[in-house]
Formats: sequence, structure tokens, C-alpha cells
Amino acid sequence: MSAAANLPLAQLRFWETTIGKKAIMAVTGFILFGFVVGHLLGNLQIYLPPEKINHYSEALRSVPVLLWGARITLLVSVCLHIWASFALWMLQRAARPIPYVKKSNVHSTYASRTMMWSGPIILAFVIFHLLHFTFGVVHPGGPFDEHNVYNNVVTGFQFWPASLFYIIAMILLCYHLYHGLWSMFQSLGYSHPVYTPWIQRIAKVVAILIAVGYISIPVSVLAGFIKPV
Amino acid sequence: MKLTLHVWRQKNAEDRGRMVRYEVPGVNEHMSFLEMLDMLNERLTEKGEDPIAFDHDCREGICGMCGMMINGKAHGGFKGTTVCQLHMRHFKDGDELYLEPWRAAAFPVVKDLAVDRSAFDRIIAAGGFISVPTGSPPDGNAIPVPKEDADLAMDAAACIGCGACVAACPNAAAALFVGAKISHLAHLPQGQPERKRRALAMVRQMNREGFANCSNIGECEAACPKQIKLEVIAQTNERPETVSGGVG
Repeated sequence: MSAAANLPLAQLRFWETTIGKKAIMAVTGFILFGFVVGHLLGNLQIYLPPEKINHYSEALRSVPVLLWGARITLLVSVCLHIWASFALWMLQRAARPIPYVKKSNVHSTYASRTMMWSGPIILAFVIFHLLHFTFGVVHPGGPFDEHNVYNNVVTGFQFWPASLFYIIAMILLCYHLYHGLWSMFQSLGYSHPVYTPWIQRIAKVVAILIAVGYISIPVSVLAGFIKPV
Repeated sequence: MKLTLHVWRQKNAEDRGRMVRYEVPGVNEHMSFLEMLDMLNERLTEKGEDPIAFDHDCREGICGMCGMMINGKAHGGFKGTTVCQLHMRHFKDGDELYLEPWRAAAFPVVKDLAVDRSAFDRIIAAGGFISVPTGSPPDGNAIPVPKEDADLAMDAAACIGCGACVAACPNAAAALFVGAKISHLAHLPQGQPERKRRALAMVRQMNREGFANCSNIGECEAACPKQIKLEVIAQTNERPETVSGGVG
């Protein structure tokens, strides 16, 4: 039973209901999706001459207010997204104490049923990724130079286990985004007999494009298309 | 034809319960699923064993009493079909079927395949109604309703409250049931005065009963014998009154 259950109607706040928590997940999920797109567009500059991405990186850091504004927004979104999903997950576990001996899934997608698996693995990846490329604390591929993002990326990915983890995480992100991207419309109350199937198709294409874009980088490094300078 | 059934047997709410295997020869393809169980129960009674308890009433697919999981699918998983309307011609000789009750903390097992769905009644009592003076029925068309609204209200009103949506949902959520009731009344002029309070009270009661959240998976829609659409859940989510907290 959720904490909302015993409150008088007038005191019931939206985040206390299951519906409100899903709305929080949808909004924070959208913010995080925005980051995933922006970050990919920035990263794809790795295919340009090295100074491009290095200048881009400098530019991002040149206005601390914007940089920290974005970081705080993302951190708050991540925390709220995790808090809401964890609270809902606890409710889900309590809602069916005795499992079925036999249960078949008739309609649901693999992606939708594994959000609580893909989510935490992506979180673990993001923590590693920050240590790997932002703080440079864990950078087994070679020396970490804060001012040479290009080389950090290339040497970082030349260490193949890091690339493998990256690729796996991006495949999971693809699944997570596929369900999340269309699901946020439903959670916020938009559903339409004609447009919703299109939203689902577009979500699938966008999720795949994002995963392919990200995965192309370690693959290009390992294949030797992108070399350190 | 001859079937092998694995049936959840549980003496009462306190009993732990277990799956019991039954061989059922002599099944006629024209029988309904419940008639097949009636036949098995007669045999069990003749042997002095306790017959299998299951809920049923109208046996014509409109009352919402019957329902069980057949091989992990609510009502057996046939489109728009309650288990009473499911006929044995869909099965073949030698089939092995697992029969289980709806599983949800909010639907405690009463006995065998029968569960207590009073949680749904309490959700309705919390707000799934309109307050009107009783008396003789109002004249037809006294309150004009646009055709589109009438259709949407009718689609949602088709819900018979059987609980298949909860049973099929991996989260044991009641979002489709609650959505159907909210959508039904929110599309009609009679439902307007109380719509804000209704939606909020029903959602709160749904949470109070221990139904978890909707994660937009869609198993409920596939299981619903009345083919209620996921759109009704979006309608619950979109109502500003369900998320604003204030009660008008």
C-alpha cells in the first residue's frame, strides 16, 4: 500500500499516487532523453578533426553557470526518475506476493518488461562512464588528459572491455528508450488510436538510431578508423 | 478428447494451496470450459472428493463473475472471450492445461480458483458512480449526448469488472478497470459534476487496495474480454484532477 492511501482527498498530492509517480518518470525521462540526444550529437564530432571535439568540450566548460545548471538538472532528473521507479517497483513486488506457476505474456514487449533491469544496468554504466571519461579516474587505456577529449575517447575505447561494456549499455539504452519514449505519452495522458501506433514506431526508430550512433564510436576505434593523435 | 489439468487447490484463505493433477477423459468439443469443469466436479463428487470451486454466474459472457488463468493467460487468452464463453473445440486431445486463480494481493483466494474481488467494489464505492435523485427513469434523449462521446462512454462501460486486467498485468495493476470507469462517466454529461472528486477518490482507493502502477505494458488490453483499450488509462492520467490534489 502506498503512503498516499490514508490521506484525505484534499491533501493528496500528485507525487503520492501511482499516477503522479508515472508522470514524474515521464517528465524526468524526457529530460534525460534530451541529454542522450544532445550528448550523441556532441560525441559524433569525434569523426571530425580532433580539434573540433576538443574545442567543443572547452566551449561546454567555458560557462560554468550553464554547465552546472545542466548538470544539476540532469542529476535531479536522474534522482527523481530512480526514486519514482523504485517506489513503484516496491508496490509492484507487494502487489503479487504469490507468483503464477505458469504465465504467458500475450502482448507486451521484451523492452517493456525489462525496464527494471535495463535501468539499473544503465545507471551502473553511467557511473563508470563518468569515472572513465569525465573524471578520468578509471581510464585503463592510457593517460587521461582533461584538455584532449579526442585522445581520451580513442585510448579509452582501445581498451576493449570498456568498449564492450559501452556497447552492451547502449543496447540496453535502446530497449529502455523504445519503451520509455512512447510510454511517456501514455503516462502523461496522451493516447490516440491512430497516432499512438505511430509514436511507437517512431520511438523504435529513434531508439535504434541513438544506439547505432553511440555504438559506432567504440566500433570505429576498435576497427582502427579513428586513431589517437 | 482427453485432457490433463493441473488445478490450483486451496481449501480456504489460510491454506497454502498447491497444484493438483487431474486426468479428464470424455471431454466433448461442444462443452464450454466451465461445463468441462462441471463434468470433472461431478466425477470428483461421486468419488467423495471436494469439487473445484470457481466463480460463475450468467455463463453468457456479460456478468463478469467467471475468470481464471488457463496456461498463464487470463480467460484462456482468446480475443474478447470470457472463460464461460470459451469452448473446448479450441483445445485438442492430450492437451495439458494449468488452471490458476487471478493472482494479486488485492484479490485474495477464497477457495481454489475463486478470488475475492471486493477491492473492485470498494473502488466503485469510492467514486465510480453519479449522485442523482432516484425515481422514475428520465426520458430518453432528455440530455443530448454527442454520438462520439456516447460511443466512447459505451466502449468503456463494456467493462464487466471480471479482473482479467489485474490478473494479466505483471504489476497486478487495476489501471484498466479504473480507467474504464473514469472514462465511462467522464464522457457523459451526468458524470461532469463529480468528475474531479471521482477520479481522485478512485485512484486513491486503487492505491489503497494495493494495486501497483501501470507501466504501459499492454497485457491488460490483450486479456480484456470486453476489449477495453489502453486509451482509458491515458484518460485517467490526463485528467488534471487526478494529479492536482485539489477537490472541487
